[in-house]
Amino acid sequence: MNLDEYKGVWVFLEHQDGKIVPVSLELLGAGRKLADKRRVPLAGILIGEGVRQLAATAFHYGADTVYLYDDPVFRDYRTESYMRAVIACVEKHKPETILYGATSTGKDLASAVATDLETGLTADTTMLDVDEATGLLEASRPAFGGNIMATILCKKHRPQMATVRPKVMKALPIDTSRKGELIEESIPLREEDIRTKVLKIVRETQTKIRLDEADIIVAGGKGLGSKEGFQLIHRLAEAIGGTVGASRDAVEAGWIDHAHQVGQTGVTVTPKLYVAIGISGAIQHLVGMQNSGLIIAINKDPQAPIFQSCHYGIAGDAFEIVPMLIDAFQVTAGKEVQYGGKI
Amino acid sequence: MLHIVACIKQVPDTKIIKMNPKTNTMDRSSAPAILNPYDAHAVEEAVRLKKRYGGTVSVLTMGPPPAVKAIRKCIEIGADEGYMITDRAFAGADTLATSYALTKALEKIAKEKPIDLIICGKMTIDGDTGQVGPGIARRLDIPPLTSVKKVVEVNKQQGYAIVHRKLEDGYEVIQSALPCLFSVEKEINEVPYSPLPNMLRAARYQPVIWAVSDLEDVDRTLLGLKGSPTIVAKVWPPEKPKGGEMLEGSAQQQVERLMEILQQKQELFAGKEARA
Ligand SMILES: Cc1cc2nc3c(=O)[nH]c(=O)nc-3n(C[C@H](O)[C@H](O)[C@H](O)COP(=O)(O)OP(=O)(O)OC[C@H]3O[C@@H](n4cnc5c(N)ncnc54)[C@H](O)[C@@H]3O)c2cc1C
Ligand SMILES: Nc1ncnc2c1ncn2[C@@H]1O[C@H](COP(=O)(O)O)[C@@H](O)[C@H]1O
Repeated sequence: MNLDEYKGVWVFLEHQDGKIVPVSLELLGAGRKLADKRRVPLAGILIGEGVRQLAATAFHYGADTVYLYDDPVFRDYRTESYMRAVIACVEKHKPETILYGATSTGKDLASAVATDLETGLTADTTMLDVDEATGLLEASRPAFGGNIMATILCKKHRPQMATVRPKVMKALPIDTSRKGELIEESIPLREEDIRTKVLKIVRETQTKIRLDEADIIVAGGKGLGSKEGFQLIHRLAEAIGGTVGASRDAVEAGWIDHAHQVGQTGVTVTPKLYVAIGISGAIQHLVGMQNSGLIIAINKDPQAPIFQSCHYGIAGDAFEIVPMLIDAFQVTAGKEVQYGGKI
Repeated sequence: MLHIVACIKQVPDTKIIKMNPKTNTMDRSSAPAILNPYDAHAVEEAVRLKKRYGGTVSVLTMGPPPAVKAIRKCIEIGADEGYMITDRAFAGADTLATSYALTKALEKIAKEKPIDLIICGKMTIDGDTGQVGPGIARRLDIPPLTSVKKVVEVNKQQGYAIVHRKLEDGYEVIQSALPCLFSVEKEINEVPYSPLPNMLRAARYQPVIWAVSDLEDVDRTLLGLKGSPTIVAKVWPPEKPKGGEMLEGSAQQQVERLMEILQQKQELFAGKEARA
C-alpha cells in the first residue's frame, strides 16, 4: 500500500431529523486542526435521502468539501448500505484519516468499514493529533477501564480511522459566509441487495434526557443509600436548574434509569458545573466527568478518591448538607441572582 | 432448531485492577480473571432463545489456556458446548486480527453444524471497543446488528430475525436476514443464578481446543500482532483534576462558602462556546 496516495481528512456527517448531530460538528472542528497542520483539505461525507442542504452547515463549520450520497436507499441508517457508500468513496478519493462520532451509528459504521478496508480503527478516542510530516494520526483514549490512557497508531494502513467521543472536541464558531465544494457521488445499490430493514424508529421523547448536552449536572451515587434517599438529588437538581446524573452503582441499585449514568459505560459529560454527591470517585466514573468546568464533591468519607478529582470538596453527610444547599439556592433564586438564567 | 454461537472473552476485572505506576502496565496478578460481564448477557440471551425455539448454544473464545474457566462459567449459564482457540500466534491481536481468528474458528464450527445466529457482548472491559462483533459479521458477510436491547423474534423457517436496536434517544425495530450477528446491550436481560445441574456439568466440562494448525485456510500474516494494523505507541496515567480544596467549618459554614464560590464563578455559567 502506497501511503502517500492517501490525502485529506474526512468526517462522517451523522444527521438526525434534518440536522447534523453535534458530535459531527465537533469533529469538523477537530478535523480542521488536523487538516491545517497537514495542509490538506477537510471533507465531510454525507449520506442520506434529501440531505443535500446539510452540506452548507458542514461548510459553515469548517469543511472544504462534502461528498454527497443522496438516494432513497439511504433513508434510514443501515450498516450495509452506508458502509458501501463510505467504502466506494474511500476507494475513489483516498483520504488519509476518517473520523466518526462514537455514537451507536458511528461505531457501528466504522467497525464495518474498517474490517472491509482491513485498516486500523481506534475506538472512543478523546484526544487527537497528527504528525505534520507523515500524516500519522495519534489517537488517544482511555483503556483498561479507564486505568490508563493509550495512544494508538496505525502506521502501515490507510485510511486511519477513529471514533471520537461526543463532547470532547470543540466545534468551530459558525461562519455562515464560509463556502465549499459539493461533490455528488452515487453507487449502484438496490433495496433488494440489502439484508436489513428498519421497520420503525421509536424516539422516547418523554424519557429523553440529554446528559451530554446539560450545563449543570447534579449526580448521585450509592451513598444516597436508597431510592428515597436519591430523591434528594432530584430536589437539588430542580433547585439549581440542573439535570440528574448518577454513578453506575446507583443505576444498578435501580434508583434511577441507565440513561442518567455518567462514566465509562454511561455518558461522557462536560457541564459547566458537576456536583457529585455520595459518589466515591472510581476511575470509571471519573473518565466520564473529569472535563467538567467546576466539580464539587460532597462525600462523608474525607478519604474518598473523588476529593482528589474535584475543585471543591465538602466532607460531610449528604442528608445534612444537601437540604441546606437546596434552601440556600431557593433563597438566592428569590434574590434573583442569575447564572446564565439557569439558576 | 437454532444453532447459536456466543463469542466470549476472559478479562481481568478492571474495576479492581492495580496499575504499575512505573511502567503503566496492568499488574495482572492484582485482578482476578472473569468472564467479560457483557458477554454473560450474550450467553444468557442465547440460552433464552434456545429455550424459546429449541436448539444448541455454543460458546467460542480466543485466549490463553486459563480462559477455559470463562467457558465453564458459560456452561453454568446454560451453554451446551464450548470452543477455545489458543495459540501463541494469536498473541497481540487488535480487533481486526481478533475478528479474523474468531471467524476462522466459526467457519470450522459451522462446517460441523451450520450457525444461524452469532451473539457478542456490547464490548469487552479490557479491549473496550465493541469492534470485534461487527468485524466478525463483515468477515462472514452476514449483517451485523449492534446495540441490540431486545430480540422480538427469530424465525428460522422464514429466515429472519427482528430486534430492537438502542439509539441515543430511543430505539429502532429492525428486521434482518438470518444468519446474522447481534452485539447485545447489558439491559437485554438479567443473568440469574445458575441452576445446580449446570454448575455440576460446568465443573467437569472440557471444551474443544484448537490451535492455529487445526483451523483451515488460515493466512498467518493476518493473525496476532502481525495481523494488527494498530499499535499502542504510548501509555500514561489519566490526568485527574487536581486535588480539591476542602471546605472547612461547620456544615452551615461549608454551605455558605460553597454558595460564595458559585457566585464568584458566574462566568462558568454564562455562554459557553457556540455549539450547534
Ligand atoms: C468496566 C466497568 C465500567 C464501569 N462504568 C462505570 C460508569 O460508566 N459509571 C460509573 O459511575 N461507574 C462505572 N463503573 C463502576 C465503578 O467502578 C464504581 O463501582 C462506581 O462508580 C461506584 O459508584 P458509587 O461511587 O456511587 O458507589 P460507592 O463506590 O459505593 O461510593 C459511595 C460513596 O458514598 C459515600 N457516602 C455514603 N454515605 C454518604 C452520605 N450519607 N453522605 C455523603 N456521602 C456518603 C461513601 O463514602 C462512598 O464514597 C464501572 C466499572 C467497570 C468495571
Ligand atoms: N478474544 C475473544 N474471544 C471471543 N470473543 C471475543 C474476543 N474478543 C472480543 N470478543 C467478542 O467481541 C465483543 C466485543 O469486544 P471488543 O471489540 O473487544 O470490545 C465481546 O463482547 C465478545 O463478544
